[in-house]
Amino acid sequence: MKDNGPFLQVSNLSKRFGGVQAVDSVSFELRQGEMLGIIGPNGSGKTTLINLITGFYKPNAGKVLYQGKDITGLMPYKIADLGIVRTFQMVRPFYQLPAFKNLIIPLYSPRVKRLAGGKYGDRDAIAIDLLEEVGFERESLVPYKITSALPHGYLKKMELARSIAMRPELVILDELFSGLSMAELASMLPIIEKMISEGITIIMVEHRLKELFRIANRVIVLNHGTKIAEDIPKDVMKSEEVKKAYLGTEVT
Amino acid sequence: MKPAIGMKYRKERIDRGIKARTEDIFALLSFREMLYLLAPRAILLLAVFITPLFLGMYGKKVLINTAVFALLAMSWDFLISVGMVSLGQALFFGVGAYIAGILNDSLKWSPLFTIPIATLGGGAICSILLAPVLRLRGVYFAMVTLAMPLMLMRIIEATKIFGGTEGLHGLAPLPGVWLELYLSLGMVIAVLFFLRRLINTDYGLVLSGIRDNDRSVLSSGINIYWYKMQAVFVASAIGAFAGAFMTHAYMFVGMPAFELDYSILPIAAGVVGGTGTFAGSMLGAFILVTLSEILRGVGGVRIVFYSVFLVIFIVVLPEGIFHYLQRKYHQFERWVKVEE
Amino acid sequence: MFQGMLIYGLINSVILALVTLGFNLTFGISGVANFGYGGLYILAGYTIWILFNLLKIPYLVAIVLSILFTAFIGGLMYRFILLRLRGLTNLEVIASLAVGVIILEMFRVAGFIGFEYTLPGFISGSVPIGETLVDAQRLFIVGIGMVLALFLWIFTRYTKTGLAFRGIAQEERTALVLGINSDKMATLSVAFGSGLAAIAAAVILPLGIIAGEGGYTVLLNAVAVCIVGGLGSPGGAVVASFIIGYAQTFTATYLGSHWTMIVSLLAIILILVIKPSGLYGKQKEIEEKV
Repeated sequence: MKDNGPFLQVSNLSKRFGGVQAVDSVSFELRQGEMLGIIGPNGSGKTTLINLITGFYKPNAGKVLYQGKDITGLMPYKIADLGIVRTFQMVRPFYQLPAFKNLIIPLYSPRVKRLAGGKYGDRDAIAIDLLEEVGFERESLVPYKITSALPHGYLKKMELARSIAMRPELVILDELFSGLSMAELASMLPIIEKMISEGITIIMVEHRLKELFRIANRVIVLNHGTKIAEDIPKDVMKSEEVKKAYLGTEVT
Repeated sequence: MKPAIGMKYRKERIDRGIKARTEDIFALLSFREMLYLLAPRAILLLAVFITPLFLGMYGKKVLINTAVFALLAMSWDFLISVGMVSLGQALFFGVGAYIAGILNDSLKWSPLFTIPIATLGGGAICSILLAPVLRLRGVYFAMVTLAMPLMLMRIIEATKIFGGTEGLHGLAPLPGVWLELYLSLGMVIAVLFFLRRLINTDYGLVLSGIRDNDRSVLSSGINIYWYKMQAVFVASAIGAFAGAFMTHAYMFVGMPAFELDYSILPIAAGVVGGTGTFAGSMLGAFILVTLSEILRGVGGVRIVFYSVFLVIFIVVLPEGIFHYLQRKYHQFERWVKVEE
Repeated sequence: MFQGMLIYGLINSVILALVTLGFNLTFGISGVANFGYGGLYILAGYTIWILFNLLKIPYLVAIVLSILFTAFIGGLMYRFILLRLRGLTNLEVIASLAVGVIILEMFRVAGFIGFEYTLPGFISGSVPIGETLVDAQRLFIVGIGMVLALFLWIFTRYTKTGLAFRGIAQEERTALVLGINSDKMATLSVAFGSGLAAIAAAVILPLGIIAGEGGYTVLLNAVAVCIVGGLGSPGGAVVASFIIGYAQTFTATYLGSHWTMIVSLLAIILILVIKPSGLYGKQKEIEEKV
C-alpha cells in the first residue's frame, strides 16, 4: 500500500450559488478504512459538499486529493471510475423493470470490466448475487420482482448494492437511512459493517444521528456551509456550537 | 361500462392470461401462445411485403415516401429514447441527401457507393457537429438541431453552392421501382428490428438510464456524453440514408432537403404513434403520410396537417396509438369495487 | 461607408435584441422554451394589419390591442397545451413549435401573402447622421429598444410580479415555498414574452412586409442569439445581439448580403467550440430533474 498521505484530502473547498455561499472553505482528511459521518441541519451544505467531491459541481476554490491525486473538478464519471462511488438521496430506479436490472448499469461500467480482468462476465447473475448479499431473498425470487412492487427499504438496499457493484474504494452514502423503519435500518447495518471489513472506506451523510453514531469512527458537523466541529461520535454533540446549530440559539 | 355513481370503484388493468403464459420460454408451450406473440409481427411483415404487389405506380411512390418518413420517425424516436429531442431530422436527411448528390454529380459514383458513404459520412458529420451541445441541457440540442438545417438551407440559397436554388439535377436513378420499394421497406423493417433489439440489451438499458436518470449513470462511471454521441451517430446515419435514398429516387437534390417538413413529420409521427417503441413511430408515419395523401392538398398544407395532429394527440392521447393498442392487446380493464 | 455601417450595425443589433428578448426572458423565467415565438410575432403583425385595414381601427389602438391579444394567445397556449406537459421538457418544446408552425402556415394557406401586407411606420422621413441618411423609423426602433430595456430593468426590480419572475428564474423551489404560484407565473411569463414579441413586431415589421417566412427567420435569429449569449441571460442576449448584429452588417456591407446567414451559423459553431453554454451561460451544472 503506497503511502501518499491521507486517503482523501479535502482542502478549503468552497462553492457559491448566486448570492449564497453553500460550502465555505471546508477541509477534512480521511484515512483508508475509516467510517466518517457528515451531519448538520438542513441546508448546511452536506449534499453540495458531496457533489463537489464527486464532480457534480465544480468548486469555486479548494482542492480534493484522492490518494495523492488531484481530482478537483474532474467529471463525475471519471471520479467514479477511480473508485469513488456515491449514492443519491432521491432513488429513481427503473420502476417497470425487475429489481436486478437496476444493477446492470454499474456492472456495465469500464471500471468493473477492468477490475474483472477485461471481461464483464454474466451481468445478470452477478446482479442477482449482489442483491442477495444485501438481503434480497433469492428463494422467494425477490430479485426478480418488479421494482415498483418493492418497499422503500429494499430500494435503499438496492442503491447500496449498486455502489458495491462498482467495486469501490470509497463509498459516499447520501442519507441512506432516510425513510427507513427501525427494522429496515437495523438490517442495513450489518451490510455496511461488512463493507468496512472488506476494506471499503465510507462517508455517510446522515440525519439519523443515533444510528450513525453507532458505526462512525469520526463525525464532521456542517452548518451554513462551514465545518463547525469534528470529533468522535461520543463527544461531537457536546460542543455548544453544534447544539446551537441543531436546536437554535436558546439552549438551556 | 362505468358503474353507477355512488358506488366506489376503481379501474384495474391486468395482464391477459395469455400474456403471462408467454413470458420467456413458456411461449413455446403451444401454438396458441406462439401465435399470440408472432401474430403482430407476422401481420406486419406480410403487410409490408405483400401490399406493394397490389399497388399501382402512384401507390408505390406513396409507399416509398412513407418508408422514408418512417425511417426519419424511428431515428427521432431513438433519440427520444436517450432523452434527446431533435427538432431537426431535416439536418440528417439533408446532409445525407447532399453527400450522395455531390458524390454522384461531381465524381459520378453510382448509388451503390454514394448511399452507403452518405449514410456513414452523414452520421459522422452530424455527430461531430452536435457533439458540443451534448453536455448541455436538452433545450440546447433542440435549438441547434432546429437552427442548423434552416440556416444551411438559406446559406445554399444565398451562396449558390451545390447547385444553389436550382439544386443538382439529372442524378443517377435507382434501378427500377421494385428495388426502390423493397430497399426502402426492407430498411424500415431492418431498422425497426435492430432498434427494438438494441434497446432491450444492456447497452440499451444504459441509454434508457441516460434518459431517466443521467446523474446515476454518471456516478456508475459511464461517460454519458460518449454514449449520447453514439446515439446521435446511429440516428443521423438512419436519417442520412433516408436522404441519400431520396436523392437517387428522385434523381435530384436541392435546398428543400433541409426543409422543416422533414423535421416536423417525424415528431408528429412519434407523438401520434407513440414514442419509445419504434413500431409506434413507424405506425405514426404510415398513418400520417397516407392520410395526407388521401386528403391531397397544396404543398404547404401538409405541415399544418402534421402539426395539428401533433398538438391534438399531445393533449388527448400523449401515449400514442401504439401504446394504446399494445395495452389493449396485452391487458384488459375492469372496474373493481374499492374495499373500505 | 464605415460610418454607415456603424449606424446600421447598431440598428441591426437593436432589432436582434428586441426580437430575442421575449424568447430569452420566457426561458429564463419559466424554463419554457417557447418555440412558437416566431408564430406569435407574425400573429401580432397580421393582427395589427387586420385591425387597422379591415376593421378600420386607429393605428395605435390596433397596436395595443394586438399586443394584448398576442400575450393572451401566448398565455392560452401555455395554459391549455403546455401546462399539461410541465416537466416533460421534451413535449413542451415540441408542442410550442407545432403551434408556431400552425400559426405561420395557416396565414400562408389563408392567402395572406403579398405586397399589400405592410404596416405603416410611425415616423416617416429620414434623418441625416453625419454623412449617412437614416430613415426615422429605424431610429425609432432604437429608441423603443432603449425604453423597453429601461422598463424591463425597473419591472424586474421594483414590481411584485417582476420580482416574482426573477425569483422563479433563480430558484424555483424556494419561490414555491414563498407562495409564488409557479404555474400562474409560468403562464404569465409566457404571455409576457409573447407580448414582447408583439411589441417587436409592431416596430420592426413596418420596415418590410409581413410574411409567414419572416416568422421562421425571427425564431432562427432568436435561437442564434440565445445560443451565443446563453439562454436565460438577458445580458448575454444583448451582448450576443450586438456581436451578431455587427457581424451581419459588416459582412453585408463589405462582402455582400448573402453572407449574413453564414455569419450567424459561424457564430453558433464558434461558440459551440469555445464555450458551448454561451457567453453568459451558466456553467453546465448537471441539474437535478425536478
